[in-house]
This record gives sequence, C-alpha cells and structure tokens, in this order.
Amino acid sequence: MYIIFLMIAISVTVAAAFLGAFLWAVRSGQYDDDYTPSVRMLFDNETAPTSKGKDANKPQGA
Amino acid sequence: MYQTKKTIEMEAALQTNVQTCYHCGDTCVDEVIVAHDKAFCCAGCKTVYELLEENNLCTYYNLEQNPGISGKAQASDARFAYLDDAGVEAQLVNFKNDDICKLTFYVPQMHCSSCIWLLENLFKLNSGISESTVNFLRKEISLTYFHQKTTLREVVTLLARLGYEPEITLADTDGKKVKKQSHTIIYKLGIAGFCFGNVMLLAFPDYLAVADDLQRTFGSFFGYLSLILSIPVLFYSARGFYTSAWEGLKQRFVNIDFPIALGLTALFFVSLYEVITGTGPGYYDSFTGLVFFMLIGKYFQQRTYDTLSFDRDYTSYFPVSVTVLKDEEETSTAVRNLKIGDRIRIRNQELVPADAILLRGQAMIDYSFVTGESEPEEKVAGEIIYAGGRQVGESIEVEVVKEVSQGYLTQLWNDSAFSKEEKHSSVATYANKAGQWFVIVTVIVAIGTLWYWVPRDTDMAMRAFTSVLIIACPCALSLATPFVHGHTMRVFGRNKFYLKNTSVVESLAKIDTVVFDKTGTLTEPSAAEVTYTGKALAAEQERSILSVLRHSTHPLSQRISENLKETPLNVENFQEFAGKGLSGEVNGHLIRVGSAAYLGVPSDKATDTLKTTVYVSWDGMLLGYYTFYNVYRDGLKSILHDLGDKKVAMLSGDNNHEEARLRELLGPEAELVFNQSPVQKLESIQAFQAMHRKVLMVGDGLNDAGALKQSDAGIALTNSVTNFSPSCDAILDATAFDKLSKFLAFSKKTMSLILATFAVSLVYNAIGLTLAVQGLFSPIFSAILMPISSLSVIVFATLSVKFAAKRAGL
Repeated sequence: MYIIFLMIAISVTVAAAFLGAFLWAVRSGQYDDDYTPSVRMLFDNETAPTSKGKDANKPQGA
Repeated sequence: MYQTKKTIEMEAALQTNVQTCYHCGDTCVDEVIVAHDKAFCCAGCKTVYELLEENNLCTYYNLEQNPGISGKAQASDARFAYLDDAGVEAQLVNFKNDDICKLTFYVPQMHCSSCIWLLENLFKLNSGISESTVNFLRKEISLTYFHQKTTLREVVTLLARLGYEPEITLADTDGKKVKKQSHTIIYKLGIAGFCFGNVMLLAFPDYLAVADDLQRTFGSFFGYLSLILSIPVLFYSARGFYTSAWEGLKQRFVNIDFPIALGLTALFFVSLYEVITGTGPGYYDSFTGLVFFMLIGKYFQQRTYDTLSFDRDYTSYFPVSVTVLKDEEETSTAVRNLKIGDRIRIRNQELVPADAILLRGQAMIDYSFVTGESEPEEKVAGEIIYAGGRQVGESIEVEVVKEVSQGYLTQLWNDSAFSKEEKHSSVATYANKAGQWFVIVTVIVAIGTLWYWVPRDTDMAMRAFTSVLIIACPCALSLATPFVHGHTMRVFGRNKFYLKNTSVVESLAKIDTVVFDKTGTLTEPSAAEVTYTGKALAAEQERSILSVLRHSTHPLSQRISENLKETPLNVENFQEFAGKGLSGEVNGHLIRVGSAAYLGVPSDKATDTLKTTVYVSWDGMLLGYYTFYNVYRDGLKSILHDLGDKKVAMLSGDNNHEEARLRELLGPEAELVFNQSPVQKLESIQAFQAMHRKVLMVGDGLNDAGALKQSDAGIALTNSVTNFSPSCDAILDATAFDKLSKFLAFSKKTMSLILATFAVSLVYNAIGLTLAVQGLFSPIFSAILMPISSLSVIVFATLSVKFAAKRAGL
C-alpha cells in the first residue's frame, strides 16, 4: 500500500505541471483574445515562399 | 449628409445596370473607373486594389466580398508629418530597443476576416514591418517594426492608405497607456482550483466509511498534504476577502467579506488543530472549495466590456496633430506643441484644438458635442472659436490665442468637480447590509452556544462554537449578488446596453430621478425636421429653391435640400454670401435664400432670435421661411410613460425655443432647464442629490461629462459604441434607446431576485446552524453542505435571471 505515497506524489506533480502550464498560458496572453485566432487559423498558407515575418506570426495561431 | 448619400444610392440602385465597387462594395455613383476588368467607385479604391495586386495580396478579396473601406475620403498624407517628431514617437511606442519598435494602434475600421488577413500581412507591403497581430474584438493592431528600415510615419501612412487609419488621439500621447488587463483573479482562481481538486482527492477516503483502514495508515500524511495545499489558498487566493474585510473595519463598517473572512479563518485553524493533534481530517476540502466558488463569483463580478472605454476624457476626443501654416507652407504639428500665435488650418469636419481667432474663411462651428447647441454657429473673421468645436464646410484659418491646456474646455475639465474620483463606494449594497445582519446573528448564536455548552462539556463547547463560525460563513450569500448582476449585465449587453461593472445594476435599481440631455440624447442628431411657413409653393418653385440650396455646403442649406426628391434643376449665377445667404437663377427666376437681414425682413418677433429660420424670396418677392425643429428619438413617448413614478428632468445647453414641444412630451411635472453650461448641469445634479434623490443622467456629449460623473448612474448614449463617448457608468447604443425604461425596470427586478437567492442560501445556513449548535457538525457534513449550497445558489441565480429576462422581453 505504500505505493500510494509514490502515486500521490506523481499525481500532485502532474497536476502542478498543468497548473504551471495554465498560469503560463494566461501570462502569455492566450486568453486575452478568444476571437481572432479562430479566424486566423482558417487563412490558407500562401504558395509563394513565406518570409521570416510570416513565420513569426505562426506560433500565435498554432 | 448621410441621408443625401443614401438617397443618391437608392436612385442609383433604381437604374438598371448598377455597378458596385470591387474594393469597398459601394455603389458607383458619379463615375465608374474600370481597371483590370473590375469596377471601382473612386480612384482611392483603385489605388488600394493596385497596391494589393502588385504585392500578391488579392487573397484579401477572396476571403470576404468587397471587404475594402471606401477610399473616397482620402486626405493628404502630409497630415502624418507630426509622427516624425521623436517626442511623439516616444509617447506612442510601447517598447523600443536598438532594432525594433513595438506599438499598438486602435483601428476602428476593421470589420471582417479580410481585414485581419490584410493587417497581419502588412510585412509584405513594407519590409520594415516584422510582425503585426490583430486583436479583432478590441479592434487593435500590435505592430513590431525595424526602425532603421522604416519609420512610424511610413507605417501609419501605409495603414491610412489601405483605409485602416489608426485613431491616434491626444490621450495616446498623454503617457496614460491603456492598462494591461489584470490577470490576478485568474491566477487566484487557477491556484484555488488546483488546490481544491487535489485536496478533495485526498479527502475522498473520509467520505467513504469503508476506507477506515486507509485512513488510519495515511490519515496524517493526507492531512499534512492537504494543509500544505491549503496554504497558498489562504495566503494568495483568499487574500482579497481579508483585505476587503480589513478595509471595511478601518472605516468602522462591517461588510459582507467580514463574516466570510471570519468563517474562513475558523475553518482553516480548526483544520490545522485537527491535523496537528491527529484528532480528525480537518475541513480543508470545504475551505479550498469555498474559496474557489467565491472566486468564481468575484470573477463574474469583475467581468466588463474591455473592448469599450468607459473612462475617456477630452484628450481622447482631441486630435494629436494639426496643420500649421508657416510662411504660406503647411506643416503638421503635434497639438501639444501648439503655441500662442500659431496659424492653423482647420478643414471640413476637423476639430478646433485650442481657443483661436478666426482669420479667414466662413466658419460654421458645430459645438453640439461641447455645449449641446443643436445648430452650428456661424463665426466671422475676428471672432473667437473655442476649442472642441467642429468646423462644418470649407477650410478655415485661425490663430491660436490660448495653449491647449489653457483652453475653455480643458479648463472646464480640470475643474475639481470633473476630476472627482470614483465616489461609488459599495458601502450600501444589499450584500453588505445582509452581511451586517449576518454578523450580528452569528455572534448571538455563537455566544449562546458557548453559554449553553461550557457548563456541560468544554470540549463540545469549543467544537460547537467553531462550527457555528464556520457554517455562518455567508459564502452562498456573497455569490448571489455577483451572479444575478453578472447575468443581468450580459442580458443588457445582448440588448446593446453596456455596463461598466456589475455594481451599476444596483445603482440603476435605486434610481428615482431621470435627467436627460436634449441635443443628441432626446433628439436625433443627424436629423432635423424642416417646416415651411409662408405663401404656398408650387411644385416647380419648391424644386427650384431646393436646387439652388443644393449648391451650398452650408449645413442648413443641405438639410433643406435633403427634401428634394427629383433631379435638381440647372442653376445659373449661383452666389454665396458668407454669413448672409445665397442667390441663384433657375429658368430665369432669381431665387434668394438666407437670413432675415439678408432679405431685408424685419425680425421683430422675439421667437425669431431663438428659432433657426431661413427666408426665401422669388424674383424679389418674399415667399416665406423654413424653420428647423428637432426630431425626437423613436420611442421617447413610451419611455417617458413607463418611467411613470420617477421624476423626469431635462438639462439642455440649447436655447428654449422647443420648450412647448418638450413640455408636451415630458409632462407638466418635468423640470426643463435651458441654456445650461456644463458646470451648471453638474450643479443641477448635485442639487437633486442634496434632496436625497438618486439621479440617473442620460447624455451624450462632452458638455454632459460632469453631470454623468456626478450622477449616481451616468449613461452615455452613442450611435456607435466604438466612437468617443464621455466617461460614464454605462454606454447605451442609440438603437436601444427605446428600451431604456425596460432596463430600469429590469434592474429593479434583479433586486428581488437577489433577495430570493438570499433566502435560498439562508435555508442552508439555517440547517447548518441547527447542526452546529448541537455540536453535530462534522467535516463530512461540511463537505456535502457547502458545495451544494454554493452550486444551488449559482444555478438559482442564473435561471431566475434568464427567466425574468424572457418575461421582460429583453
């Protein structure tokens, strides 16, 4: 039964990791705008070679 | 003017082959420019199309039909010259290092996904821009550019050329940067949620009697782990309740947060005691759960429309730059740098930024936003024009006589009464009143419990006493108000009535006096009723007169000529005399239109000086005159009827020529006051408040700003919510004006909903208290009772508001 100590330790760590991810997401502004990304993701990628600027835009929508 | 455009469009639509502009979707009226197999309504639209085509950006047109913004109103790019000024740039950018600059613009024109696409692909048009990100709801674009490769001015010019001219006002350069949204409540909520979930997991064995075995082995481990998890909840998540309770106590006042803080403290320390002495599992699950639920309530309460601005002052209304004339050359200068003696040019629809003397041109200054006068004022050379007026008509030249910060309007604003800080303290809210009673009852019951148990069983006495404190925590009570008000705010928002925060609902519910502004609030600003008095006009005569008037840019002429339904007749020898009137010949008949003095009419009647009248003569013979009446908003009558028991008053900056009509509309008891200055309006509100009345002010202009701020609830009426509106508690879209009385009635209704919700939560407290005084209250009871009471209050509040809104037709 002492495995429970380990399991609880793991479960709390995993939960804490998710909490950390949530706090990071809030801090990085992902909850500030809940509309524009939904439109942005529907834009087709251009066939023309994309420049550096386009790549810089990407992670926001992804 | 808008209406003329409409009629022209309609006329055009009647013709068989109507062409719409490929870029902006407007009907091509005057001329059709055909280029690249596409039709454009103006050269501006064509240029934008060519620019986009050249850069392979035609996806813009594939995402939405005719997404563009009409290029007709293109002004010269020279007006952005002030952006080259290093000082202005420094005030506008958010961040700057050796390579890049970052800044955010407000672009009210964006309206569709094509806009987002184009604005985020700006780097293809200007290689100096490295990134642009749109926040569509806030209508903001965040730009990053390399300042070695491009300049701020180039970036803004590019945006303006595309039709997305950013709105840069004096407020942007004030250094008062828009506050970043506070995320604190979300952090608190996240941490409380995390701790609550885990503590509940650890507490679960307790809920099941079969797990006794497990409890013996791991009890203290679980207990200490829960304790550790609860510490951040106590010290971080729940801190707001303690600070609020302390603030209240400092002002010798018990608010709703006081019993909450008391309950939470009791919960935490009883649990601490139980865990350390090993006497029990503690109440950590209830503790974290309560904080979590109450934070949800707080979050709900703090929600607002952050896409709207409720705290604007005159600086958001003023432009940043102005055209200065120096040695017959036009240069663009920042308004802040204007000096006394500068000669500036004001074009049609531009704002006069500082008190100035008119030098050249025919000035028609529209002060409606500043003073409430409905008609533009005519000024002749040498007269003073106060800052804030808007020029209508041709461009004029003026000389600055006072610096911007010293102007009449700015002085007014700096008046202490205007800069009054938020006086809306939440002292008298329902929840706080209930909180006071709660504390009294709790203390009586707790002392009673002690008094009963101490002689019998000291151990039991302590337990019962702390249980009473725990169960008396009015958390469900504190949830009722945020949820009822939060949902009410959402219902109002759906009906285009946007509240600054949830406490405005309560202010609205207590209103017993409603004060209206006249110009722009009771009246429709874009419309005026024109009536003709005098000798009957033949159809042909009327058509001739209106044709002559159509040639004039004078706002009054344009209003009259809006009534012209047929195609205008040919006018010869048209002449306009500034400040007097105009003349023209149609089919050989001489038509003269203008002021009484211009046509030699003796203005003996006193009313003539109040009413705006335009006289007409036909071949030298006086026919009659046109009079302008205000057009009152739709539904005004029914609103006033529904306001019934409330006192109605009207404060107008305009003269009293409409008094009779207003008296008839507003009823015999209404207070009508005319010729009010902004300060007088504020004082009138104060006078009402001195009579212990709760005043609602409904206004629209800068002249109402003081009154809006002073009143218990100030509603700014606006035709477009993204436009400038003075600082206020709520913004009402003009299309929803007819629902005003419904909103007030509904706010009142929410108060009874809150009372009902209070009753629901009190039932739980009563059950808990009966158990507590008997010393039967245990962690397991607490774990069941607390969440159920919180959840049922939330559900009850939500459903009751929904139901009530449906019944009220909102």
